[in-house]
Amino acid sequence: MRITIKVRRFNPEAPKPQPYWQDYTLEVTKTSTVLDALIRIREEVDESLALRCSCRSAICGSCAMRINGHASLACKTKVSAVVDAHNTLTVEPMGNLPVIKDLVVDMTPHWHKVRAVEPWLQPVGPEPQGEYLAPNEAMLHLAGVMNCIMCGACVSDCTVLEVDSNFLGPAALAKAYRFVADPRDGMTKERLAKYNAYGGIWDCTRCYECVQVCPKGVAPMDRIMAMRERAIGMGLKDTYGARHTLAFEELVEHSGRLDELRLPLKTFGYTNIPKLVGLLPIALRALPKQKAPSPFHKPIPEVKSFQTTFRKARQAAETERQAPTSQAHHG
Amino acid sequence: MKFAFYPGCVSRGGCPELYPSAVAVAQKVGLDLQELTGASCTGAGVLQESNLFLGDCLNARTFAMAERLGLPILTICSTCQGVMAQARYRLQDEGYRQKVNAVLADEGLVYKGTVEVKHLLWVLVEDIGLEKIRSMVVRPLTGLRVAPFYGCYIVRPSKVLGYDEHAERLQALERLIEALGGEPVDFPGKTRCCGFPILTINERNSVAMVAKHTWDAKERGADAMVTPCPLCHLNLDGYQVKAMGYLKDRIDLPILHLPQLVGLALGIDPKTLRLGRHLIAVAPVLDKLGKVAVKA
Ligand code: SF4
Ligand code: SF4
Ligand code: FES
Repeated sequence: MRITIKVRRFNPEAPKPQPYWQDYTLEVTKTSTVLDALIRIREEVDESLALRCSCRSAICGSCAMRINGHASLACKTKVSAVVDAHNTLTVEPMGNLPVIKDLVVDMTPHWHKVRAVEPWLQPVGPEPQGEYLAPNEAMLHLAGVMNCIMCGACVSDCTVLEVDSNFLGPAALAKAYRFVADPRDGMTKERLAKYNAYGGIWDCTRCYECVQVCPKGVAPMDRIMAMRERAIGMGLKDTYGARHTLAFEELVEHSGRLDELRLPLKTFGYTNIPKLVGLLPIALRALPKQKAPSPFHKPIPEVKSFQTTFRKARQAAETERQAPTSQAHHG
Repeated sequence: MKFAFYPGCVSRGGCPELYPSAVAVAQKVGLDLQELTGASCTGAGVLQESNLFLGDCLNARTFAMAERLGLPILTICSTCQGVMAQARYRLQDEGYRQKVNAVLADEGLVYKGTVEVKHLLWVLVEDIGLEKIRSMVVRPLTGLRVAPFYGCYIVRPSKVLGYDEHAERLQALERLIEALGGEPVDFPGKTRCCGFPILTINERNSVAMVAKHTWDAKERGADAMVTPCPLCHLNLDGYQVKAMGYLKDRIDLPILHLPQLVGLALGIDPKTLRLGRHLIAVAPVLDKLGKVAVKA
């Protein structure tokens, strides 16, 4: 199969370093991976092409790059699965990280964030005589997160990092969850209080990019959501994020439908004057256009029986919450 | 074609222009909608942050109602689509479904795990078909350059949303724009987040996303943007003025709901489509199509 790979290149030693596209056309077999093709280019066509790889079998995490615009492991991606009708594909370095050369990015900012979540076990109390024991079920649940190979694909495609480099990001937060959910760790609440801050769990937009691109099924966003639920469960409710979801829950319980007018008021608090004043300009623009929810919020029919179900579900959730494996994931 | 209609909260709340325009389009293309009036909010992924199980119960309740009617669900909101698809995916597990059904029993409801949930976009492209739509166009969108904004919840996770069986969903908006006679405009952010979910938590980041997407689309020559998600609309239309403040530059990109764009081409009166209700005026789009300006 004859294919063309369009590579986004960057040479820091050029007189005026600028990213540019270069096309390589070559013959590959049906089973070739994108990494196979790139290595052939480097070995037979253009030895100046820089890329990073090691294991070639989706274990080491060093070959993550953007293929046709989305991050994935080059060694896990078959050329035949990603070429378009003209047998062409594009390859770029990962996003949200500084490019060193061609397809090689600097992971340092990411490692700093991983370190910031304190990715080590912090037990409290006297050391046990033998090993630290944990229930099998809890460790099986954690195995899903421990599959992370730190490739950075999720970091590359995270929508928040694109606008705010302060965000801890999906991989570091998935790592944080690995310790939050470890029954041997004694600092769960302190950790969650820390991750509650700006740049932490509440800054995620729930966009699913990280779930979509992760080659190891880590589902970082689901872990972030599980930490939100846990933080609230532990009484850490003094964030706009927590207030927003709790207000949402209360409003739906009340009428079965969302009351969009009261949601921001409840989230910010009726006495939070600066925030409420901040809402005024948009309200003043929206009202004359009648682009606003009605102040007379109507509940769904038979709201009473709905409320019975709602409360029963919440009750059941309390019980459900006890089991560490209760968080269903997308796998 | 009959569907159990799930309009969602926002189509009657913050985006009251969406419900009437969707109903008008459904009528026009011959969809028979039976509204699920007793259904509740999906939780929008927000309620799920504090209580995932509760969210799944609410959606299973809606699914049970549709199952009782023997009808697939039609949504007009990507967020509802995504949240229901995720709940449906988790509820494929029989043990989990049993736990949820135990909660629903008091209302005499049971979810058997068979419901199908489809956004109007997919119904138009897959069930009605682009050929039929093309044949129904009376005001072709000739010369109109439209940027498709998918957002997140109708695209990801692709496995949960059935993209494995329906690869064509990746291009649904582009193909539809073409069928209506318009020209799709490609831009990098079309399947990125609009920023709405963090509006109350981190407004700066949220509005930065609006600025980026609307600016990119405008720069590539878009006359308008179309979205299947009313929450994206709230941010892209409602906070575009603020985004312009950030950029210190004009954008003024009209944001249309999916059924508004379709309705325009199918000859539905702009007044029925409530085109005068947007914060960023839609008038330039109508001017470009050679129509007179409309009022709400
Ligand atoms: S879901 Fe959250 S963490 Fe994951 S990519 Fe989106 S914003 Fe980033
Ligand atoms: S969570 Fe997945 S995508 Fe992110 S670094 Fe780990 S393995 Fe890579
Ligand atoms: S080379 Fe090791 S993961 Fe691809």
